[in-house]
Amino acid sequence: MEPKKLAIIATKGSLDWAYPPFILASTASALGYETQIFFTFYGLQLLKKKLSLEVTPLGNPGMPMPMGMDKWFPVLGLTLPGMQGMMTAMMKKKMQSKGVASVEELRDLCQEAEVKLIACQMTVDLFDMNTADFIDGVEYAGAAAFFQFAGESDICLYI
Amino acid sequence: MADFDQELDASGLNCPLPILRAKKTLNAMTSGQVLHVVATDPGSVKDFDAFAKQTGNELMESKEEGGKFHFLIKKS
Repeated sequence: MEPKKLAIIATKGSLDWAYPPFILASTASALGYETQIFFTFYGLQLLKKKLSLEVTPLGNPGMPMPMGMDKWFPVLGLTLPGMQGMMTAMMKKKMQSKGVASVEELRDLCQEAEVKLIACQMTVDLFDMNTADFIDGVEYAGAAAFFQFAGESDICLYI
Repeated sequence: MADFDQELDASGLNCPLPILRAKKTLNAMTSGQVLHVVATDPGSVKDFDAFAKQTGNELMESKEEGGKFHFLIKKS
């Protein structure tokens, strides 16, 4: 029987949004899906060897804040220097304490499970990104190559 | 709990790690062997059921005991 196929487009480059593509791709692989992730625009940050992903509370009213900060912290306070770094550190600590995998770990699991990771060549050129900064095993292609796989996929997600 | 060939302690791990670890462990086992998974993630109850249905491995037993979730999976 032909395996089912999952095609994902990953467009976001923040710590919180790094999770959905890697969680879904690794799980789909465990279920027997053939899986590809196409990384474009800010999603390319997820392919860097050294990840420096952060999470921002700005423009994100749904983000649960630690210690009731949302009650006494004015929105402007969230723009203070260092605030994003602090929120990122808190989020990482929280994830670790809850047994949530790191992005690196999930990405490794995806590669182990032969999830195909494809970088958008156009965005790499647009942002003058150095492909030496990306992990090994990444392929470079464009929109047409994505459709070749996505057109035959059972599930296609834009994240 | 029935006999099993291998045990995987996924306590403290959150979605999707228990499933991924189980899959990896099953890969190294032979057909007909039974894996006992222990997990603390409440979501794993539905997840292991779905995992079994989609991969063809049989979920022989799924129960909660002492605040932990136990699964017996027979490799197809």
